[in-house]
Amino acid sequence: MSLDYENDGAFNEKVIEEVLSAYPDKFAKRRKKHLSVAKGAEEGATGAEGEEGQLLSECDVKSNIKSIPGVMTIRGCAYAGSKGVVWGPVKDMVHISHGPVGCGQYSWSQRRNYYIGSTGIDSFVTMQVTSDFQERDIVFGGDKKLAKVIDELEEMFPLSHGISIQSECPIGLIGDDIEAVSKKKGKEIGKTIVPVRCEGFRGVSQSLGHHIANDTIRDWVLDKKETTFEAGPYDVNVIGDYNIGGDAWASRMLLEEMGLRVVGNWSGDATLAEIERSPKAKLNLIHCYRSMNYICRHMEEKYGIHWMEYNFFGPSQIAHSLRKIAKHFGPEIEEKAEAVIAKYQPLVDGVIAKYRPRLEGKSVMLYVGGLRPRHVITAYEDLGMQIAGTGYEFAHNDDYQRTGHYVRKGTLIYDDVTGYELEKFIERVRPDLVGSGIKEKYPVQKMGIPFRQMHSWDYSGPYHGYDGFAIFARDMDLAINNPVWGLFDAPWKKKEQAPALQAAE
Amino acid sequence: MSSLRQIAFYGKGGIGKSTTSQNTLAALVEMGQKILIVGCDPKADSTRLILNTKLQDTVLSLAAEAGSVEDLELDDVLKIGFKGIKCVESGGPEPGVGCAGRGVITSINFLEENGAYDDVDYVSYDVLGDVVCGGFAMPIRENKAQEIYIVMSGEMMALYAANNISKGILKYAHSGGVRLGGLICNERQTDREIDLSEALAKKLNTQLIHFVPRDNIVQHAELRRQTVIQYAPDSQQAKEYRTLAEKIHANCGKGTIPTPVSMDELEQMLLDFGIMKTEEQQLAELAAKEAAKAAAAV
Repeated sequence: MSLDYENDGAFNEKVIEEVLSAYPDKFAKRRKKHLSVAKGAEEGATGAEGEEGQLLSECDVKSNIKSIPGVMTIRGCAYAGSKGVVWGPVKDMVHISHGPVGCGQYSWSQRRNYYIGSTGIDSFVTMQVTSDFQERDIVFGGDKKLAKVIDELEEMFPLSHGISIQSECPIGLIGDDIEAVSKKKGKEIGKTIVPVRCEGFRGVSQSLGHHIANDTIRDWVLDKKETTFEAGPYDVNVIGDYNIGGDAWASRMLLEEMGLRVVGNWSGDATLAEIERSPKAKLNLIHCYRSMNYICRHMEEKYGIHWMEYNFFGPSQIAHSLRKIAKHFGPEIEEKAEAVIAKYQPLVDGVIAKYRPRLEGKSVMLYVGGLRPRHVITAYEDLGMQIAGTGYEFAHNDDYQRTGHYVRKGTLIYDDVTGYELEKFIERVRPDLVGSGIKEKYPVQKMGIPFRQMHSWDYSGPYHGYDGFAIFARDMDLAINNPVWGLFDAPWKKKEQAPALQAAE
Repeated sequence: MSSLRQIAFYGKGGIGKSTTSQNTLAALVEMGQKILIVGCDPKADSTRLILNTKLQDTVLSLAAEAGSVEDLELDDVLKIGFKGIKCVESGGPEPGVGCAGRGVITSINFLEENGAYDDVDYVSYDVLGDVVCGGFAMPIRENKAQEIYIVMSGEMMALYAANNISKGILKYAHSGGVRLGGLICNERQTDREIDLSEALAKKLNTQLIHFVPRDNIVQHAELRRQTVIQYAPDSQQAKEYRTLAEKIHANCGKGTIPTPVSMDELEQMLLDFGIMKTEEQQLAELAAKEAAKAAAAV
């Protein structure tokens, strides 16, 4: 039920020019390459690998380049990519933030990766564990301390299944040999210990941290232990679902209902055992392509497991993805997939009947991380909303190619947007909703524009799957049709206006 | 504090920095100066000849024992040696681990904050080999050493090192007040050593402040963990060190901003002095040798 619309490309071109004109020449020249307006795609162009169907537009911007100091970039670092995204959610391992205390402390529980388990007994996701480097650890090296931390963790948490060592910057500077410590202690305690060289100064964003973390799974986990796991014909791994607000659970339900067995979910609510047995699966389903495509490519090369991208945001994409996945397994599963789609159709119809009239025609600007700048677009369109602009913090070229399958001609595209640019864009375009992160939330609301956090689902969720869509629709309605926006002007300046819409009950 | 003079000795590893600096400072103390030596080498051997023993309690080893450097008292680390010279060793990690440069920074900050520099006329820093990182450049940064003395010899690598250290000094010369005090040539008995040292000094916009001749008595003194000044106060070598000490004392405020040269220039200088040979020369020599061999064979 996708919409047919175009954005005003000429207007957006002018806005970009206006924004760039405030910069010094040299800087404007650099930033210009990261901003563009989606161009119309050629008839019949099929675009990126992993995406099917007609390319809607071409999003040609430069990406994955070092940010310029002073621009208030929203990017994170390699440590954030490894500890915060890939490794952190693995629930039965203890993740050590190895280095001074700040990195672990200020990234503590930021991603809302839900899990089932007893925290501090067999699960450790929401715990902050750090080696808390002091001056002497820098001067004399921290390997001894690391070994001691591992011993203490083993004593305190005997039910943990392993440990990952997330390097902070100083580890790389002073040349500690965390690999040697990992090997030695791993043998001693008989558990998996993974040293991750994700020092924050490496790379231009958190993206390199994802890659480094993927590589450590390849080098330190896969094929390292005998597994007694018995593979079945319908085993799949879900890769790149971090179970934010329960996303992975809402997704898993659907896959299981259509007769598949989800044997691993990377890495939301994941156990180490799920990762270890993953090479026995029949298919890798990848949601966040950016953060985990590396390991999928490796498993394809080494074990011959195919991987397939899918999208569980909004009913159109869910149905499309379920059918695509089912096709891989044959008629029996395809039949069940159709049954699943039919089963949830009344729910979808109900949600759309309720919210579409309240959201129809509203415009949205997005600025998020790995997959959402494109993946959530169709979910908005299912509600009759239109995407005016979108951009990624740390995407690569292949992400922007894939974006062409989602955005319409004329859409504003911004890569690694600066604080100033984003504010200007929002000011000039004045969308009805902005979806981005906590740092953007309050400035945007102060501009009188409704806002939803699209990293953390604004403490709501899940947004994946059919259940997630119902919550997504409600949340967007809550933001846009909140009566507070009718009270925005000062009372003494009050002009004649239509009464504010009532929020959904 | 205004009269406090801070100097530092740099130079290639093994050139004799510690020996030269300790002998010179022993001579300076004879001249009635109050002196503090800050050893900035993880090996902690910058004060051995003054204390007549290797200092065990370095700032960093004690800090590691106590938990952190904030737990230390100045008295724990300050030792008194020959004629009242105060000695401190920063110490550092064993080779191959940790960050010795950060150790130097930590130690110097600790000494400053705890008043180690009060009531002395001279602070002398003895720093390892080369300015390998920011930590070892600490003594030449703002408000630290005003004059740097580079210990060198006529050997090629010592000259390279002297030039490199000059680059380090130049980097901080404009932000802070650091100057190059001069070169001290520690004789190795290489070809045309004085000439070469003087030529390099000229190129670096400095002076050869003293040429210290080679004398085995230094070795004898060192085996007894003593300076020559202490071991053989009336020897010729002791006089040499006294002369050097007087020259350094008189050199106050006369340091210059160095003009380090490019690698090519340095190599050209060595060629000019016949220390290094061009490829043509080497080929010619080889040919001559072959010819001689052939002649002998016939």
